Amino acid sequence: MATEVEDTLKRIQAHKGVIGIIVVNADGIPIRTTLDNSTTVQYANLLTQLTQKARSVVRDIDPQNDLTFLRVRSKKHEIMVAPEKDYLLIAIQNPQET
Amino acid sequence: MPPKAIGKGKQVAPKGKARGKVPGKDGDDMTDMGDGTDQDDWIHSKALVKPEDQLDLSEQQLKEEFTRILTANNPHAPQNIVRYSFKERQYKQISSVDQLAIHFALDGNMLHKDSDEAKRQMAKLGMPDAVQSEHAGSEGGEGAGAGAADGEDAKEEGKDEGRDDAATPAPAAASGGGKKLTNQFNYSERASQTYNNPYRERGTATEPPPRATFSGSVTQWEIFDAYNEDFEKQEKNKEKKVIPGRQAEEKTRKKLTITETQSDDVTRIQNAAQIVERMVNQNTYDDIAQDFKYWDDPSDEYRENEGTLLPLWRFTFEKAKKLAVTSLCWNPKYKDLYAVSFGSYDFMKQGNGMILFYSLKNPSFPEFIYETDSGLMCLDVHPEHPYLVVVGYYDGSVGVFNIECKEPVHRCTAKNGKHTDPVWQVRWQKDDLENNHNFYSISSDGRIVQWTIIKNELIYQDVIQLTLPEAPAEGPDGTKVSTVGCGTAFDFHKKNDYMFLVGTEEGKIHTCSKAYSSQFLDTNLAHNMAVYQVRWNPWHPDIYITCSADWTVKIWEVSNKTTVDTNSENVENVSSRKALFTFDLNNSVGDVAWAPYSSTVFAAVTADGKVFVYDLNVNKYEPLCEQMVAVKKKTKLTHIEFNPVYPIIIVGDDRGNVTSLKLSPNLKKMPKEKKGQPAMDPAQREQLEIAKLDKLLNMVREPTEGSKPPPATEKK
Repeated sequence: MATEVEDTLKRIQAHKGVIGIIVVNADGIPIRTTLDNSTTVQYANLLTQLTQKARSVVRDIDPQNDLTFLRVRSKKHEIMVAPEKDYLLIAIQNPQET
Repeated sequence: MPPKAIGKGKQVAPKGKARGKVPGKDGDDMTDMGDGTDQDDWIHSKALVKPEDQLDLSEQQLKEEFTRILTANNPHAPQNIVRYSFKERQYKQISSVDQLAIHFALDGNMLHKDSDEAKRQMAKLGMPDAVQSEHAGSEGGEGAGAGAADGEDAKEEGKDEGRDDAATPAPAAASGGGKKLTNQFNYSERASQTYNNPYRERGTATEPPPRATFSGSVTQWEIFDAYNEDFEKQEKNKEKKVIPGRQAEEKTRKKLTITETQSDDVTRIQNAAQIVERMVNQNTYDDIAQDFKYWDDPSDEYRENEGTLLPLWRFTFEKAKKLAVTSLCWNPKYKDLYAVSFGSYDFMKQGNGMILFYSLKNPSFPEFIYETDSGLMCLDVHPEHPYLVVVGYYDGSVGVFNIECKEPVHRCTAKNGKHTDPVWQVRWQKDDLENNHNFYSISSDGRIVQWTIIKNELIYQDVIQLTLPEAPAEGPDGTKVSTVGCGTAFDFHKKNDYMFLVGTEEGKIHTCSKAYSSQFLDTNLAHNMAVYQVRWNPWHPDIYITCSADWTVKIWEVSNKTTVDTNSENVENVSSRKALFTFDLNNSVGDVAWAPYSSTVFAAVTADGKVFVYDLNVNKYEPLCEQMVAVKKKTKLTHIEFNPVYPIIIVGDDRGNVTSLKLSPNLKKMPKEKKGQPAMDPAQREQLEIAKLDKLLNMVREPTEGSKPPPATEKK
């Protein structure tokens, strides 16, 4: 099981245009990253808050609903956040890269 | 006063005359006189002594009589008291002035015995005899009165007496009245000064309690979650009450879950990782995804009888590059998931096999991977249980996979009915009467076998043997060796499950029934070479299509002969009917498939890498689309499948690639719904489709006896 997940993460990292991935645990501490420390901490902190807010929005409107994932597309790249029960998987990709 | 009295007496005696002369003067002279004549008093001289300041008066003057009147007027009282009169607005003299002069006043200590104070004092001092008290009171009163009457002489004594007497009758009176009820609340205040202790301040300083800021938010979902938790707790409590025996199980489960959560962190994000991978892929293949969803070639409007196939994703896997796609199957439950089996068609080069499950959402990596030791030739996903997959091996065995396990759940062995030749096709059937899963397999060894999974075991049962009509061949020794045909394909009727078609390597199509194990219902000499695929039309109950290595695709109709010919002689009388439609595709046709949305559309793949799409409603003789799909030359396309929901087809080739293509609008013409009418229900649709096909067929069918040949005869 663990190896499959590891493989998946490696594949994501090796995919075209992916800049980095971060795995954040429930406390907001990044436990696995492919980026440098300061960037990781910044991303982890900010995106945890954003995800909480987004989830709050979705569930406030309908409590039986829940957030599946969050995509923030900017000029330079796209940040994708997939929330798990206690964890957060963040991937940053540059989709225009050929 | 006594010295004054003595002084008076003394002075009267010697100074009688002098006094008589001057009577009006006050006694002031006397004192002076007394002081001056102290030395001479004992002499008793009769000499007249004149004080120095005495007036010298003549004798006449001395004998003058002065009248003195004693009045009751107070000499000290003022005589001219004036009062302001507001009536006359002036000061007026008061006519009469008070002439009372008080010489002596003494306040008595007497209390009336019936007064409040007296009663109080009596109560306090006890209760002596009432008679005695009265006496005492009267005596005291007299004593007091006497004291008062003495006046100036007995002032002090009287006072003392009076006080004492007043004191005694008061308590006596109080005690006398002691028998009466005293008023408890009428108390007298008694104060006493206690010693005031000095104040001392004492304090201790403690450590302040640790403070923490607490904040909370309440939102709709927090309330919802709280209620859910509570509900679950209640449910658990109910369950505990109902099933107390399961607590042990729960505990062990809890332990397991705890250890799981503590272990690998990475495992927990499996779902998230899958989602992110799909997202990343979606970004990369964004244009393809958009095409898949929304692209409809507008140029189809200008091309009446032509359509195109838009290539979408290409699915490749590293390990499968040397293998050929041997079977494709869409998952009945998840419309974007399909299974691919890999093997090798080459007799000489036999290697491993593989099953891959791909999802359209993740074109870069398969969802599930299973490797097998022998090449796989066919695959089928159970319609009701999408996790069960049956495969047929090149070595003749069949296996059943459960998606969760890497190893096949069941695998038949040589003893257990394994085929002696590659299994070309497997197909799940409906669960039998005992709800056991079962499937059919067909192989080159001429056997069609039904396998049933009973209590985790595969049990086989030969259904039919494909016997050849020729006489048994003679072996070298002269013994007769029965030869069997080689089955290559079969298909079960959509509605009548017991009826199925079998395609053989000789090119024959047998119509068989599950009920009859020795005889075929019908045999059809369809092709000159091996039949690679036979498929019933999804709508029309009597039409089926076949494709063969002899470069043709043919459409047939089931003949009216349904009775079983028991006469062995008639076995030779194989019907050599003509196909309703025949299409020559210029190369060996690997696979043919009907479209799920129309009864007149089908597609075929050939060994030269082309895909042909036909719509009989539009053009009965030529394909609407003939497109080269394979990238490299010399790639043979092996299989094709239509997606049941989306307008795409997947095509497998012999290099391990699976390509998905989107059908252009001309290829997916469906019956148009008339405006204003409600949507067609399946039954209506079916009727429509069947009617559509029938109309076509009427034009091509051979005329039956007695009926006029239709004007439009078939062309070839």
